[in-house]
Amino acid sequence: MPKVNDYDDIPGTTVFDAARSRKGYHLNSFCMSLMKAENRAAFKADEEGYLKRFGMTEAQRQAVLKRDWNWMIQEGGNIYFLAKLFFTDGNSFQYAAAEMTGMSQEDYAKMMLAGGRPIEGNRSKSEWENRG
Amino acid sequence: MAKIIGGLTTSHVPALGAAMDNGKTEEPYWKAVFDGYERAKSWIVEASPDVIFLVYNDHATAFSMDLIPTFAIGCAEEFPIADEGWGPRPVPTVKGHPDLAWHVAQSVILDEFDLTIINKMEVDHGLTVPLSLVYGQVKEWPVRVIPFPVNVVQYPPPTANRCYNLGKALGKAIRSFEQQDLRVVVFGTGGMSHQLQGKRAGLINKKFDLAFQDKIGPNPQALTKISHLEFLRESGSEGIELVMWLIMRGALSEQVKEVHRFYHVPASNTAVGHMIFESQEA
Repeated sequence: MPKVNDYDDIPGTTVFDAARSRKGYHLNSFCMSLMKAENRAAFKADEEGYLKRFGMTEAQRQAVLKRDWNWMIQEGGNIYFLAKLFFTDGNSFQYAAAEMTGMSQEDYAKMMLAGGRPIEGNRSKSEWENRG
Repeated sequence: MAKIIGGLTTSHVPALGAAMDNGKTEEPYWKAVFDGYERAKSWIVEASPDVIFLVYNDHATAFSMDLIPTFAIGCAEEFPIADEGWGPRPVPTVKGHPDLAWHVAQSVILDEFDLTIINKMEVDHGLTVPLSLVYGQVKEWPVRVIPFPVNVVQYPPPTANRCYNLGKALGKAIRSFEQQDLRVVVFGTGGMSHQLQGKRAGLINKKFDLAFQDKIGPNPQALTKISHLEFLRESGSEGIELVMWLIMRGALSEQVKEVHRFYHVPASNTAVGHMIFESQEA
């Protein structure tokens, strides 16, 4: 049985705890490598070839190639490391956040301008299950 | 002697740095944020600190998965600006204050707060955006800076209570520096409510943020009781950066005078909070 943590009840949220950190070590280390311009160039030139340099799982590689941010997080990716990847693509935090919520960037930006996602109804998984 | 003149808290949203670097501060979206920092610009001139003790978090820049210190102190002569993936921000190299930094490190470790000592480090937006918000675009920073990175990336970050108590030890250590007369301002950065990841991204909790702002001056003890679960649930997965505000608060005198308060939603994904306090030393 995987350990159940109190914060696992928060909906739509993945806390970067010890288990996720261990799972994501190679994925996050790949992201970290993109801090260097020459590595960004090598990655852009041959994504699949570049990813083979790191001891990542097949799921982690596929999630990166598909730019599936929620999948990367599920595979142990941390948002501040993943940022190196979406910056390499020329995208912003707001772009990535919109992608993860399944909203268009325009709708997401509008939501933020209107005060953001409200806390009411977003505290517990039970609230998300009940909203149908 | 070193004297703590006051403290300043602010969010350190990277997009604020980009807006300044790309000349967008007059655009209505950004102007609404930057207007909240006008008071800081005049206050910092009045306060004229020699050193800013700057509590912030590194965002997987200097610290990767390979090394994750909970509390660390920058003791180097200078700190270059990091390339966070789009080239370094066009801001001056940050000059340190090794004499004070080493003094604080030794004092605080003997006071039972075990810090990691940094002799070489590049600094990211967590440190440079607060400086830019307060000093604007300058050729040289008119102040020395002691970077104090805190881990809030790898769960668990240090507790609110630990941060507050560490702040007290830092304050005591700074005040006991006798080599030079120094005016010191402490920055606590990060927050307020925001969540950058998952399907709940974009979360903002104005009520939580305003209550935090209400209490941090007169009643910080109440905030030290906030659990990690409460921070994560109520202020978003990245809102837990607010523990760093408590390090600043701990370093100030028991009584403080609030001289400025600002709150604005949004800057990109984040609720921007900013406050200025002056010490009321006996």
